[in-house]
Formats: sequence, C-alpha cells, structure tokens
Amino acid sequence: MTTHAARTGLILFAVYLLFYGGFVGINAFAPQLMAITPVAGINLAILYGFALILVALILALLYGFLCRPVRDDSSKD
Amino acid sequence: MIYEPSAVAVIAFFAFVAATMGLSFYLGGKAKSSQGYFAAHGEIPWFINGIAFAGDYLSAASFLGICGMIAFYGYDGFLYSIGYLAGWIVALFVVAEPLKRLGKFTFADALDAKFQSRGIKLAVGVSTLAVSIFYLIPQMVGAGVLIQPLLGFPHWVGVVLVGAVVIYIVVSAGMVSTTYVQFLKGSLLVLFSGILTWMILQRGFSTGEDVGYAFRTLGPYASAQVDEELQAATGESLLPLDGEWESSPYLRTRDESTGGVTTWRVEPAGDDEVLLREAQTLIKTDDGKTLVNGLPKGTKAGEPELHPVGQLAELPGGVTKTGPVGPLQFFRTLQESEVILWSSEPIRGPDGVTTVYYQKPTAGSEVLRPGRHPAFAGLQSGQIIDKVNFLSLMLALFCGTASLPHILIRYYTVKDEAAARKSTIVGIGSIGLFYILTLYLGLGAMTSGALDPTSSNMAAPLLAKSINEWLFAIISAIAFTTVLGTVSGLILASAGAVTHDLVSNVFRVELNDYEKVRVAKIASVFVGAIAIVLGILFEKMNVSYLVGWAFSVAASANLPALVMLLFWKRTTRQGIIAAVVVGMVSSLAWILLSGDTFSKVYGLPAEDALVPFSQPGIVTIPLGFLTLVLVSLMTPAPADEALAEEAAREA
Repeated sequence: MTTHAARTGLILFAVYLLFYGGFVGINAFAPQLMAITPVAGINLAILYGFALILVALILALLYGFLCRPVRDDSSKD
Repeated sequence: MIYEPSAVAVIAFFAFVAATMGLSFYLGGKAKSSQGYFAAHGEIPWFINGIAFAGDYLSAASFLGICGMIAFYGYDGFLYSIGYLAGWIVALFVVAEPLKRLGKFTFADALDAKFQSRGIKLAVGVSTLAVSIFYLIPQMVGAGVLIQPLLGFPHWVGVVLVGAVVIYIVVSAGMVSTTYVQFLKGSLLVLFSGILTWMILQRGFSTGEDVGYAFRTLGPYASAQVDEELQAATGESLLPLDGEWESSPYLRTRDESTGGVTTWRVEPAGDDEVLLREAQTLIKTDDGKTLVNGLPKGTKAGEPELHPVGQLAELPGGVTKTGPVGPLQFFRTLQESEVILWSSEPIRGPDGVTTVYYQKPTAGSEVLRPGRHPAFAGLQSGQIIDKVNFLSLMLALFCGTASLPHILIRYYTVKDEAAARKSTIVGIGSIGLFYILTLYLGLGAMTSGALDPTSSNMAAPLLAKSINEWLFAIISAIAFTTVLGTVSGLILASAGAVTHDLVSNVFRVELNDYEKVRVAKIASVFVGAIAIVLGILFEKMNVSYLVGWAFSVAASANLPALVMLLFWKRTTRQGIIAAVVVGMVSSLAWILLSGDTFSKVYGLPAEDALVPFSQPGIVTIPLGFLTLVLVSLMTPAPADEALAEEAAREA
C-alpha cells in the first residue's frame, strides 16, 4: 500500500469513526433523541442507521477513486 | 407450530444442495497445489471475490438471527446490522491492503511476515482455531434449526447433513469451490431478499383477519365482576388458579365440549377496569406429553398448535388495509400504528411449568427505536453499567469483522492489493444493501401474522411462506446454503491454521505441496467433525449470542496485534505474542464469567457473575493494545534484536 493510500485510508477511517461514534453515543447517552422525526416522518434511529450504511459505501467508493492507478504520461516521451 | 415438509421446499432444497456439490466437484480439478487449495492461486476476479465476501459474512446469524430479532423486538436487531457493516470500514481502510501485501495463506503469515517467529505462528494459529470454532457452533446450530421445519428431520440430522456436505465441499476443492459457492449464495441472498422486500411493500399493511389468527381482546370490565363477565362472554367455565397461577396476571377458562383451555392476560384499563387479552400456553407435562392450550399438540395441519403471531392492532387513520406502500411510507405508516408484539414467561402450576405466550400491544414509534430487546433494554434505563455493556458490544462489532480469520483469508484469493481493495468495496456495497433490506424483512415478518412464537430464527423463512410457497422454498434453501458457505470458509480457515501455521511452521514438519493439501483435508474432516458434535451439544443456545462471543474474541485477540504491526515500528515479536494470548484468554475468561453465561449456560443467577457486564470488548480490546505496547517496550526493538542475532551467528 502506498503512503498516499494509507494516509487516505486513515483519514476516511477517522471520518467514519466519528460518524459511528456519534450514533453509538446518542443511543447510549441521549436515547430519547432517536425518537424524533426530523425528515418525512421517519425517526432519527432509522435515518441515522441507513446513513451509516450509505456513508460507508460512499466513503468506500471515494477511497477506491482516490487510490485509482494514475496513468504515467511520461512514458509517451 | 407444526411444520409439515412441503414437496416444493424439499425439491428446491435438494436442487440447491446438488448444484452446490456439483460445482465443487467440477472445480475440484483446479486445486492440486497448496497455493490453489488455500488461496485459489490468487486468481479469483475481484468482483467475484467481493460478492463472495458477502457470502462468507452474511451467515445464519445475519439472515436468520437479525431478521428474527427485528421481527420480535423491532429496531434492536438493526443495531447488529449497523455494527456488522461498520466493521467493514476497518477492514477496507486499515487492514485489507497491508494484509494482502504481507501474507500468503493465513492471517498468521501477515503478522509473522516481519519476524519469522514460531511463537507468533503458534499463538495466532491457536487464536484462529478458537475464533473459527466459536463461529462454527452457531452456524451448525442454525443448520439444525433450519432443517427441522424444512425437511422434518430432527435437529441432529440437520447438523450432520450440513457437516457432511461442507466437509465434502472443502475436501473436494478448497478455496476455489468455496469461493464460487460463496459467490452464488451471496448473490442469491441479496437478490431474493430484494424480491421479498418488494413483495412486502406491494402487500402493504393490514389489521384484518387475512393476517393470521384473530386473537380476542375482551372488556373493559369492572375488576370486581371480571370472572362473571369472562364466563358470560366466552360461555366457558373458569379454571381454579393453583401454584404460581394464583399470583399471576392470568385467568383461565375451559371449553367443556373440546377440553381446550384459553388463558387470558388481565391488563389494567383505567379506573377499576381491566382488559382481557387472549394468550397461548405450551406445557411439557411430567409424563412427557406436550399440551397446547390444554390439548395434546398435533402433528398435522388443523390439529392443535400454537397460532402464528405478528399483527398490527391499529393502522393510522383507522383504516384496516393500506394497499402497496413506498419504502419510506413503510416506516411512516408503522411509526403511527400500534403493533402487537409477543413475549413469554414461565408459570409453575400443579402440572409442571407452563410457558405462557402473551400479547404486548406496543406503539409503532417505540418499535422503531432501540431498547426493547433484553440485551439493549439498559439504553432506556439510565443504568451506567448497561450503557457500558452497549458501548462494549458496538465496539466489538466494529472491531471484530477485520479480525475474523475466514474473512481475512479471502484477501489471499485475489491477485494484488488493488484487487483486495476493489473486492472489499464490492463487499461493502452488497453487504450494506442486504443489511438495509433486513429492516424491511424483519418488520415485514413482525406484521405478517406468520411468526412462530417459540422460534425467532424462523422469522424470515416464515415471512416468505406467508407470501408464497415457492418463495419459502427458495429462501429456506438459500438460508441453508448460507450456512454451507460460511461453514466452508471457517473450516478452510481452520485447516489453513493447522497445516500452515501449526504443522509446517511450529512443529517444523517438512511437507511437500501435495502433503500440505492432504494434511489440510484431514484437518478439515477433523474440524468438521468437532463442529458437528458441538452443533448437536449446543442445540439450545441462542445463535446471535454465540456469534457475539466469536466477534469479541476475534477483536480482542487479533486486532491489536494487526493494527500495531502496521502502524507502530517499535512493535516486537514478544509484544505480538503477548497481545494475542492476553486478548484471547481475557475475552474468553470474561465471557465465561459474565452474567449472560451464568444465566444462559450454567443456569445460575446472573447477579452472581464475577464481571460487572457481559460484553468484554471495551475492556479486553484496549487490554490487548496495552499489553502489546508494554511488552514491546520491555523487549529489544526489532532492529536491535536482528543485530544481536547477527552478532551471535558471527561469534
């Protein structure tokens, strides 16, 4: 793994860890918040839960994009 | 409930098993070398491997356990979905590529790449075996649970059948066939879960009698006249309440023409008034008979049995049927409905212990938030110990995925680090989609009127049965191949640990390529046999509970060593060995001394437990890290050690 990929991976990992930590923290210390319905009559528990799954996929795709092989144009010379 | 084997289910089941074994036989010729047997020559395309990750990962616990937990307790089961999926982030961003770069066959290869130490191979080989066997038990138990209603065989036959088929798959072709079985199973599981979800949305919700047996609610009656009112309403005679019945919240009536007994749960309903809700009872009498609601349990359809459960008491706007609903409308409607959940309690009377299954009408808004399952009830209680227990579980789920040996070995089946990365992304996509569907499946089952009140594990197949017999057959067969796939992966990981880590590297037995494969196959048969025996012995254990053990032990034993090796240059050989041993032993000891194990395994009071809460991760994962740091600092740095060894050789 290149240093670039490793650093990118750790940054994205930290982002997700914060997001996941937020979910676990709210459930543990302010569980009543999970019952509020901020959007379209859907409660925060479902919105946050689905978001955790979707954000995992988005970050994974972003990581794949950022770590894609870069074409070496110098070979054309 | 009575499960009669259906011809359609049997045909679909055997077609799946035959196709799986045929595939293994066909692919058997491709794995003659140890590289082929353990790692499929590193030639599996990344997309296939990604879906195979889903096949490996979405075990019986995911499919049967989570759907069942959601169907019986609501949102709580989805917490497992979230934790299991989040664990893949650790796998992708931290573990995947270095593991591929460092290792060849097993997880121990990667940890040992820098040190070539027999101690590391031994410690990690043993931890791989321990985690794999813990993970195998619930899969085998799940197989038995599934085969009983599907084919009508006893539990042990199901376990032996799965064991035999899996041993055949693993022995015939190793990683190549295991991968394609996983691919097949992973794709079908996600596809058919999607189809089932679509059908749930098309069916919508209903409170009518089309959704299962209509349980009666009588009253409200004045408390003082409840006995007379009940007799008048039912035309049945009141039974005397002896033993624990006397102080219980139940009344019982007997239909003199049939001998059937109805049990009524008395619930307060305002000033000196009560409601009576129909309950169900199951008793195994001392002379070995099973009575359902006072009558001998039948063996054929139409004979006495527990009624299927899972209904809505009320829909928003007072309607009785919604018609098709959209994916968001599904939750909105449920949020504003009233759901009838079911619970059970034992009551000791003169005939023995009766299990009473009773209705618990619950607001939909309560069902769609965490805190109803006993394991998560502490979230609403305000007890700090319960909150720590929850944090500990969520930490173990987050850290456990990237430490499971049967997942980690899949990184060796692709050709390079980029393929490892891409296959993990595909895995996250397919596993994430499946976990989103689990919420629809579980809640769909909760309101399907088809649940067996005695077994949450059957929720998903019974949901399918409430829609269509063919769908039931296919979903059951997929659930069965789910077990087959996961068990194959686990047996292969164990065989790799025995052959490669223990026999070749620890005991230094010289093996050529052919002999390595032979030893692995013999090891597979042994591990498979152990799994069969444990699957029979642990028949009564809760499947999800056992999976929790495996995640905690894996995260505590393996993750600290793996992460520190990658990110801390001062990590020493001794540090790794100590972290693996301390993590494994401490998490196992914590589990064995916990309240959950006291009550569920030893049958002792949970209050007598020697540790304050049941989930070990929040203590034992940091303990693994701490041990590694301390031992590494107390032992020579890797460079110094290499120099010292060189000096010793020169001397």
